[in-house]
Amino acid sequence: MSPKARLIQGNRACAEGAIAAGVRFFAGYPITPSTEIAEIMSEELPKLSGKFIQMEDEIASMSCIIGASLTGKKVLTASSGPGISLKQEAIGYACMTETPCVIVNVQRLGPSTGGPTSSAQGDIMQARWGTHGDHPIIALCPSSVYECFTLTITAVNFAEKYRTPVYVMLDEIVGHMREKVVLPDADEIEVIDRKRPTCPPEEYKPYQIGESLIPAMADYGTGYKWHVTGLFHDETGFPSGNPQVIDAQFKRLMAKFKKYEDEILLWEETETKDAEILLVAYGSTARSALEAVNILRTEGIKAGLFRPITIWPFPEKVLKTLAGKVKKIIVPEMNYGQLFLEVERVCKDKTQVSGLFKVDSLPIAPDEITAKVREVL
Amino acid sequence: MRPELQKLFRMEKLPHIWCPGCGHGIITRAIGEAIAESDINLDKTVIVSGIGCSSRAPGYMNFDTLHTLHGRALAFATGVKLANPELNVFVITGDGDATAIGGNHFIHAARRNIDLNVILFNNNIYGMTGGQYSPLTPTGKMASTSPYGNPENNFDIPALAIAAGASYVARGTAFHDKLLIECIKEGIKNKGFSLIEAMSMCPTSYGRRNKMGNAADMLNDLKRIAVNINVAKKLPPEKLEGKFLIGKLHHKPYPEFTQEYDKLILKLQKGAE
Amino acid sequence: MKRWEFRLSGSGGQGLITAGIILGEAAVIEGKEVVQSQSYGPEARGGASKAEVIIDDKTINYPKVVIPDLLLAMSLEAADKYGSEIKENGIIILDSSMVSGFKNEKAQIIEIPITKLAKKEIGKTFVANIIAVSALVGLTEVVSFVSLKKAILSRIPKGTEDINLKALEIGWALIK
Repeated sequence: MSPKARLIQGNRACAEGAIAAGVRFFAGYPITPSTEIAEIMSEELPKLSGKFIQMEDEIASMSCIIGASLTGKKVLTASSGPGISLKQEAIGYACMTETPCVIVNVQRLGPSTGGPTSSAQGDIMQARWGTHGDHPIIALCPSSVYECFTLTITAVNFAEKYRTPVYVMLDEIVGHMREKVVLPDADEIEVIDRKRPTCPPEEYKPYQIGESLIPAMADYGTGYKWHVTGLFHDETGFPSGNPQVIDAQFKRLMAKFKKYEDEILLWEETETKDAEILLVAYGSTARSALEAVNILRTEGIKAGLFRPITIWPFPEKVLKTLAGKVKKIIVPEMNYGQLFLEVERVCKDKTQVSGLFKVDSLPIAPDEITAKVREVL
Repeated sequence: MRPELQKLFRMEKLPHIWCPGCGHGIITRAIGEAIAESDINLDKTVIVSGIGCSSRAPGYMNFDTLHTLHGRALAFATGVKLANPELNVFVITGDGDATAIGGNHFIHAARRNIDLNVILFNNNIYGMTGGQYSPLTPTGKMASTSPYGNPENNFDIPALAIAAGASYVARGTAFHDKLLIECIKEGIKNKGFSLIEAMSMCPTSYGRRNKMGNAADMLNDLKRIAVNINVAKKLPPEKLEGKFLIGKLHHKPYPEFTQEYDKLILKLQKGAE
Repeated sequence: MKRWEFRLSGSGGQGLITAGIILGEAAVIEGKEVVQSQSYGPEARGGASKAEVIIDDKTINYPKVVIPDLLLAMSLEAADKYGSEIKENGIIILDSSMVSGFKNEKAQIIEIPITKLAKKEIGKTFVANIIAVSALVGLTEVVSFVSLKKAILSRIPKGTEDINLKALEIGWALIK
């Protein structure tokens, strides 16, 4: 066996991934089931000259990491349910100002206080549309402890590279379960830093509409003296009410992820080549779906699994292609059909899409999925 | 504006958006004067604000400037300062911004004694949204949401800040601008949470509804009602009825948050050797 | 190796989650695949507590126990709540200092006064979880004694080695 094999929690893997990706600032507020991430960061960050702060509330935590990010630090916050709801205004600010930051959401049963120690996948649409106004967002969805580590690194890299907030969408099962992992060494990990300006300060345009669509970002305190505002702004960062300026900046913002879609969209396919029944599942539910595929295959039913890892933006092209090859699609989710809406939108012209929804605090077991498959066949 | 001061402002962004007679311009200039007279690195100075009339000030100031969300300036500023304690961080906020929607951040930033220089522009009203009553609108005063007179009590900001743990607390006014500059300078020197309440005036939304005359009348009111704390010490209580104190109201230095955190880092790293 | 599904149940504060982690870590030492999960109520002490451990040679997809091969019940409430969910010919270990009069025809029932033993032999009830996990391993041989001992030593607080190892020996002796 490998001497590096460990039995660790998803939340720990997430914290260790953040540190491996270079996160050196964390602000948070205690909330189940994400608190372990804050606890680990409070212990580890000061050892690495990093900073941890427990803020007075969730709104302050989100605001605090944006402030820290502007000084050039890689930043993280983590929360769940009610906490994520409270953070929404500041998440919108990060979208608007294009400030890199990562938000871990260990999803619990909602709405409201709901079920603090119960698993759910009810925040999928909130991740997409939680803050007001149109905005692009990236959300990644791990389904194992190992992926909690690797996808948090990816999230930090995406945040830095594309100047955007990124969600890591755990669920209580993935966050709290312990699983055997062998995590990669530091030298095997790709770490991306944000692009910083090389021009003299008087030429610096923090929201320049250049070819890359991602303007360089100066650290506060390095002489660039730039202005950051949540108001619509021009290339220089100052407020503008000019419709042409607003339009041009907004179009850049929305085009940014489209341009880098090939890098941002992550997914995994299992047994899809000859599949007649396609399961579309993510997070901990994808594990049940995978088990269901194995069971169904032994029964001679040609089932396959499409697991979106990037859920926002949604990997629609590849799914659409798959939809054209299968007879039926089933979307099991621990909600009343959130990603289902997206799958249906993408696939309904190609094939029949049905959902298997469960919101009772318990996970969807493999035999519930196999039963659903047999029912629709 | 004298040249030393001009380089602290984004002259091309002027004139400002504030109404004629607004006290905010005087206070913003006072901040500039205080910075000009203090020995601080301008490249390493960040000015953070929330939302409201006062919070537009950083846009005119030639530093790294951060115009944030309503009420949240102190939370953003805490992130800036803790992430890089080398930076001098100023927070410009208003009465509604700091004490209503941002009240929780206000008391907690003071409690941490984090090294922020907070200048709270108090015009007793929500000016930008058209004159609704704030936690600093005196009882009985008229506002667009208190058409029968404000039924609520108002905060005493210095008392709140002192109770919460601010290590330097002072008050100046748009009339007493020299004193205000001195207070801000002392606040900059204080290693910890410094709160300077700057009494402003809003002829458009507050003065008009309360029949307080024009801007000059309101400025004269500030002159008439304010009593320097050094003078007040010699006055009997009845002479202070209906007045407010100005000057340095509290200065009690004690360990500052980001310095203490840096000590923790040093300790952990020594322990690891 | 066959796939093993364990459910360790009792009340908060009995160290069942720690016992689950120790069992899981012993399996990791042996290069096996492991998933450990838990459910618990709002109480830090008291209330229902449940730890689950799945050990297999193959990849573990579904991370929750469906029907356990072995149930450990260290409280009456846990025995009532989980006692009927057990595989045919499965094993139920009962802490007889906590549970009495429990019956299940499907399973082999092993009654051990776990908490009493911890108190009488060691003087500390908090090592009851170690006696329990030791008995569990002795019965199932899911991991070796050596791996279990290693896992215990790497998980427990410094200064408690002696009493925990004594608890390990007591649990083992009961079975072997």
